[in-house]
Amino acid sequence: MADESGSRTIKVDLLARVEGEGAFKVVIRDGEIVGTQFRIFEPPRFFEAFLRGRAYSEAPDITARICGICPIAYQMSAVHAMEDAFGIKVGGPLRDLRRLVYCGEWIESHTLHVAMLHAPDFLGFDGAFDMAAAGHQDAVRMALDLKKAGNAIVAFIGGREIHPINIRVGGFYKVPRKRDFAPLTETLKAAREHALNLVKWTSGFDFPDHERDYNFVSLLHDAEYPMNEGRIASSGGLDIDVGDFNRHFREEHVAHSNALQGFMTDGSSYLCGPLARYNLNHERLSEMARQAAKDAGLGPSCKNPYRSIIVRAVEILYAVDEALRIIDAYQEPDAPCVAYEPRSSTGYAATEAPRGLLFHRYRLEANGTIAEAQIVPPTSQNQPSIEEDLSSFIGDILDQPEDEIRLRCEQTIRNYDPCISCATHFLKLEIDRG
Amino acid sequence: MTPRKKPRLGVFKFSSCDGCQLSLLDCEDELLAIAGAVEIAYFPEATRADDKGEYDIALVEGSVTTPHEAEHILDIRRRTGKLITIGACATSGGIQALRNLADVAEYTSVVYARPDFIDTLETSTPIADHVKVDFELRGCPINKAQLIEVITAHLVGRRPATPPHATCVECKLAGHVCVMVAHGTPCLGPVTHAGCGALCPGYDRGCYGCFGPKETPNTVSLTSQLSGIGADKQTIQRLFSTFNTNAPAFRKEASRHGG
Repeated sequence: MADESGSRTIKVDLLARVEGEGAFKVVIRDGEIVGTQFRIFEPPRFFEAFLRGRAYSEAPDITARICGICPIAYQMSAVHAMEDAFGIKVGGPLRDLRRLVYCGEWIESHTLHVAMLHAPDFLGFDGAFDMAAAGHQDAVRMALDLKKAGNAIVAFIGGREIHPINIRVGGFYKVPRKRDFAPLTETLKAAREHALNLVKWTSGFDFPDHERDYNFVSLLHDAEYPMNEGRIASSGGLDIDVGDFNRHFREEHVAHSNALQGFMTDGSSYLCGPLARYNLNHERLSEMARQAAKDAGLGPSCKNPYRSIIVRAVEILYAVDEALRIIDAYQEPDAPCVAYEPRSSTGYAATEAPRGLLFHRYRLEANGTIAEAQIVPPTSQNQPSIEEDLSSFIGDILDQPEDEIRLRCEQTIRNYDPCISCATHFLKLEIDRG
Repeated sequence: MTPRKKPRLGVFKFSSCDGCQLSLLDCEDELLAIAGAVEIAYFPEATRADDKGEYDIALVEGSVTTPHEAEHILDIRRRTGKLITIGACATSGGIQALRNLADVAEYTSVVYARPDFIDTLETSTPIADHVKVDFELRGCPINKAQLIEVITAHLVGRRPATPPHATCVECKLAGHVCVMVAHGTPCLGPVTHAGCGALCPGYDRGCYGCFGPKETPNTVSLTSQLSGIGADKQTIQRLFSTFNTNAPAFRKEASRHGG
């Protein structure tokens, strides 16, 4: 609403096409943006509190329930943190299977976001259903097939798509036979074509011409595009062990949100997720993914967050390609799980959830009981950056009708594929013009 | 003949992980057909739309954990024909019901720097504690084939075929080796509601009860078996205190073991 002083508030009370419940608000005074607020009102569920007193072995299945969209990410960060505490390392085929199941989650989660949640912003629809009904049926169907292929990986390794049951500290309950991969391989070969087409499709969208000089943060690994392992690095020159996370990053609780917000210890914001991974690890993509990125007009660096939709599509292609590579090289392990002894210790892990860095820390008693748990999800870390994007990127359209501004704000937030269920301990648009 | 108006479907979220409503989007082969058979009038995870008017079917995910949610479910009930709860949070309170036996103020202080910013209830409760529910679909997460069955059955006006017997029965039908008898692995299959297809035993692990209690579960007999294979009180208490911790049969059994 505008008043005589030229002040108005633009707000959205429930942001659609994101996982969980959030809202936003933009405050405008005399034609200038003076405040932006990305608010998470997803109710708190207190995971870090009730994990205390539970067995270390329960953490993967319990933390999976933080998010139905990226349960593998939670399971992976949990098992690696426990293994860090016990001083063991899971290698060989078991490590490869974990990477494979993570590829599955990247494919299903990214495809859902790219084709069904974010693409409607670029093409002017309310959602995928009306997008499909208005001539994009083939694209939506292709995306559904691609998403299904990602889910097929997760279900094959994990038992089911949501809250898989086969991941445990030390490895798996049961590992697949080499010969059982044959149908999945065929599915993934078809999916690779779909992924190439998805990169091409998204590269044809119109992108607002905005960039920011982000501090990108992601895992960095010598030999691989990062998923389960690596140091935490930033485009600003940070290069640390995962166990040093709390020395360089902190969480703050702000009044407008049920999510904690992540900052560097100097108070500056940073960005994690596909755009960060791409900028820091471009050369570690497979040749096919690098070529597709180049053909889509992406250089080795991309600072336009609206183009993150292409980057996600490139990561889908990479994940399909990588899954096929892993399956081809797979040798059945001797045992589904490596041996270990619980001990009194603190374990740390960060893995690359589809939305970005997911940090877990557990302090354990001698018998493996959890004494303290800390979980830092990617959307909490990205909240300050989301608010800064809202301040920076809509100044040029403030003369537009309120609906246009609102849509651009929503598109800007969706660049992050925010997962609000995760971040609650983590949205609603409100534009306040006074 | 004028075409019949499509039934209006609403999908609503309370305190939850979003996984059960994601199950609808995970019906990749059926999704566009479902979107053709019903009017997806409100489904904020998938599409922009305002929550207004009446619904023939409401799918409700999540438990009630805030004063706002307790009000909101009353409003949805008033505007809904068939209200169907989906998943363990909506049918029993979910994992977040672990707070029900804890000090919520202490919980808040552990997670949040500013507990005064947090508005939450002392308990996490199932939807049926607040309003009449027409059908409850179990699981953490629900089984998507069962979700399609439930939607289809409601569209044609018959009772959904979701057997209330034990996971143990599904396990025998699947021909799995009994993990408790053969390996001494604690398993909740004999007291857990069917629906997953006995997934865990098929992967050489014990059932952890994510579909909640079956009808008339004999938990006392099971826990005496569990003690017999060496499970201590704490292990048994934890087994019954997960995603359906607030389901009466599981809550009672956990309390017998110190929970």
